[in-house]
Amino acid sequence: MCSLTHGCVMPADPTIPLLDVSDLCVSFPAGGRMVPIVEHVSFTLPEAGILGLVGESGSGKSVTAMAIMGLIDTPGVRVSGSVRFRGRELVGLPPRQIRRLRGRDIAMIFQDPMTAFTPVYTIGWQIDEQIRAHERISRTQARARTVRILGEMGVPDPERMARRYPHQLSGGLRQRAMIAMALSCNPTLLIADEPTTALDVTVQAQILDLIRSLRGTYGSSVLLITHDMGVVAQTCDSTLVLYSGRVAETGPSDRVFSHPGHPYTAALLDSIPPLYGPRPDRLPAIAGAPPVPMARPPGCAFGPRCAHVHAACTTTPPALLPLGPDHEAACVLPAEGTPLPPRTAADWPIDTIGDACP
Amino acid sequence: MTDTQSPAPLMEVRNLSKSYRVGGGHRLVAVDGISLSVMPGEMLGLVGESGCGKSTLGRCMLRLTDISAGQVMFEGRDITTLPERRLRPLRPRMQMVFQDSSACLNPRRRIGDLLAEPLRVHPGPDQRRRQAADIERRVRDLMELVSLPVAALTRYPHEFSGGQRQRINIARALALSPRLVVADEPVSALDVSVQAQIVNLFSDLRTRLGLTYVFVAHDLAVVRQVSTRVAVMYLGAIVEMGATDDVLHQPAHPYTAALTTAVPRPVVGATPPPPLGGDIPSPVNRPAGCRFHTRCPYVQDRCRMEAPVLRPIRPGHEAACHFPLPPS
Amino acid sequence: MTALLHRAGQTLLVLFGVSVLVFGVFFATPGADPTARIAGRNASPQIMEKVRHEYGFDRPLPVQYVIMMKKLFITRDLASYANRGERVVPEIMQAAPVTACLVCGAAFIWVTMSIAMGTVAAAMKDTWVDRGLMMLGLVGISIPVFWLGEVANLVTQNRYHDTWLFSWVPGLGYVPFSQSPLGWFRALVIPWTVLAVMFIGIYSRVLRTDLVTLAGEDFIRTAHAKGLSPIRVLLWHGLRTSMVTFVSLFGMDFAQLVGGGALLTEVVFGLPGVGRLTYRALTTLDLPVIMATVMYSAVFVVLANAAVDVIYVFLDPRVRDAS
Repeated sequence: MCSLTHGCVMPADPTIPLLDVSDLCVSFPAGGRMVPIVEHVSFTLPEAGILGLVGESGSGKSVTAMAIMGLIDTPGVRVSGSVRFRGRELVGLPPRQIRRLRGRDIAMIFQDPMTAFTPVYTIGWQIDEQIRAHERISRTQARARTVRILGEMGVPDPERMARRYPHQLSGGLRQRAMIAMALSCNPTLLIADEPTTALDVTVQAQILDLIRSLRGTYGSSVLLITHDMGVVAQTCDSTLVLYSGRVAETGPSDRVFSHPGHPYTAALLDSIPPLYGPRPDRLPAIAGAPPVPMARPPGCAFGPRCAHVHAACTTTPPALLPLGPDHEAACVLPAEGTPLPPRTAADWPIDTIGDACP
Repeated sequence: MTDTQSPAPLMEVRNLSKSYRVGGGHRLVAVDGISLSVMPGEMLGLVGESGCGKSTLGRCMLRLTDISAGQVMFEGRDITTLPERRLRPLRPRMQMVFQDSSACLNPRRRIGDLLAEPLRVHPGPDQRRRQAADIERRVRDLMELVSLPVAALTRYPHEFSGGQRQRINIARALALSPRLVVADEPVSALDVSVQAQIVNLFSDLRTRLGLTYVFVAHDLAVVRQVSTRVAVMYLGAIVEMGATDDVLHQPAHPYTAALTTAVPRPVVGATPPPPLGGDIPSPVNRPAGCRFHTRCPYVQDRCRMEAPVLRPIRPGHEAACHFPLPPS
Repeated sequence: MTALLHRAGQTLLVLFGVSVLVFGVFFATPGADPTARIAGRNASPQIMEKVRHEYGFDRPLPVQYVIMMKKLFITRDLASYANRGERVVPEIMQAAPVTACLVCGAAFIWVTMSIAMGTVAAAMKDTWVDRGLMMLGLVGISIPVFWLGEVANLVTQNRYHDTWLFSWVPGLGYVPFSQSPLGWFRALVIPWTVLAVMFIGIYSRVLRTDLVTLAGEDFIRTAHAKGLSPIRVLLWHGLRTSMVTFVSLFGMDFAQLVGGGALLTEVVFGLPGVGRLTYRALTTLDLPVIMATVMYSAVFVVLANAAVDVIYVFLDPRVRDAS
């Protein structure tokens, strides 16, 4: 039973990527003109892949996710470009049709699981609600599935937990419940917007473990939005670095982390204080702060903070140039024959990372 | 004054406890009988997850909150019960920097004003009111100290980025030349690239001004970068304390070990170890025996019955564990 | 359970405080001899003496207070000054149902209307519908209730009473429900509407603001991300959460109206309710009646407050756990 009016999507076609975003631009009206928050962002996410969207606050990573979900409802906002989900264009889709996709084919989880649940309903009620919004099944059947999926997400005593209110659960359990709700209709794509930022580090490790396991157990693809390079390295197959609303670099995670092609990526990795190895006297920090979207420089947005900035960077934003298989960076350096050096093991001594537990 | 062997601690806390009354007649024990000392020139990192009491401990040290039991000594003097009036002359020597850089700055006042305020309120070193010219000179010096342009003095807090606002907060804390600065998560609200700048600023200030820090943070890597010694807290108590790299690289307490391995490292390919199970118990209803036993992978019967005390494991390294992990 | 007892104890304490305060203001004010007032202007010294003894005015203040409370709540034979012999308590008991009918009807109108207006305005935020409704609300708030009442009377009783539109409107006054349900409805429908107008304005504006603020909350975004329809998000997630604020506002307004706050409406429409009783007592400085009505009003406000707390527990699970 699959008809277009029901918003059903075609079965997986290996030649079409699950999610194909190309030239996505989002502008918000401010002060009488349109301010571009996201500019020409393109990427693809294959079936069962995990893509990390990294950037600092204001880089446009959350806006990108909201645009994919069609959740931006600010009056006057302009979304252009294309978002294809299994070949189906989502930009400009009537609200009623994109609503059928939301929660069923594309689900989303948010940063703060405390505020992301409606405080006056039980966890179970809210998960049931999502299931029943997309499928014609009885309350009892929905609850049975809720309890099952809560259990699968590692929530202890799921039957009782389903009857609890959001504030009665710990942060970690709330995020598990949030993921359970997102997966309740078995979506093919999960967008996770800073899913572990509000959590403690030991709980974050549990949740990342859970997210990594999803593709194996559910075959879900994940678009993981985070500011934490460590989270990306441990979780994502490929990485997309956003800076000031534009793609700075994109590629397979191991390439991006070992051979960063954009000075921003390299500088971002350098500025993370190391937990192991020699301790530098000073961290190689990036001077200044990202430009505000209204006052981006005409050339490379990172130019004013870049150690390698020169005349060629100041006129037009550099285009994405290929550096290797699927690896691209928006920087003129590789084309000028002076690519950044690869990061050596000394930057991140892996040999000392060994399990500290006996 | 020949204290070459054992210099007097600048800040000392003995058996400090802080509890709050919560609904239903329960008591939330935020800090549970902690003893530690901070030597002059030391950078002590307090790490732990939410609810471990690290921020409360920081506030208790500066008497910014009432203390339920125990003692706080500053410069060898018991300040536990000192009334606010007699505490005020000591305040310039102990300052605090908070996490939320914008909440601490009055949005309707210029930066110059905000920096001059503590100088106007507190008398100078000669116990007299400071002259306007002195204040102005000091404010300019402070701006230079935290690498902000002097021209910015006439601007308002909202005109600055988060990192710059945190610089202003630091400048304000330093206005009265404190000896001890307690910084409560001073970089956790900042982006990574900006965070590194502020972390560097803390290091620079220490060398330039000979400051003593207590650095409260949840990010182990940041704490490692700024601390000479760390204390790891769990549910209101210190579970491990010692020289930074000794504690972080050779943890003796299973909790410290779990904490360090849980930090996601920006290295592709390193398979993360299995995460620690369970949740942090509520500080209202703490487990009996060792407070970590509900999540500890090496739990024994003894851990469920008997609470371990902080004891030396190696020179300069203490842990509260019945079965400390051997050095790797 | 302990929380409930605690709450009950608190309520009693508040009522005690109010009664002491009211007693103090009316009877223990220096310079005003309550005996002469109760006994009337030309009372003989014997009667004065009798009254003084009966009310204990020759005894210390605490005793006077106890006697007064006994007369109010136990023997219920506190008599009015103005209408000598008229017992105060039965008078209030007679007036109370009238006020209750007036206020309940008005409350029904204002709750349904304001929820409808507030929700529609929030759903159509920044359109002309929203602006129009909110402007209407503002007009409702700005119109004084006695003026609106008089205008309504002028129109329905006088100017257009003989037209087909308002010929059904009965004369001013009250018809008990037991006598004629239809007459009761006819007599009250205009007072209901008049009393409700201001509250519709306030409540719809408050609700709209609340819903618009909630629209920016994370859980509303989650609800949208779940693929729920905008209507369901607004009603089941937005409105349901807003009810917490709404109820606390409603509880207080409702209680003060039942306690006599609908005074102006009752006076304008000639409804013999508690408000009009208070009004008459005030104009004649009828201390026992004022005392009784104020106590009556305080009882309602305090009880309503307690009721709001109980409803809170049902509406907001977070409150349930905190208590």
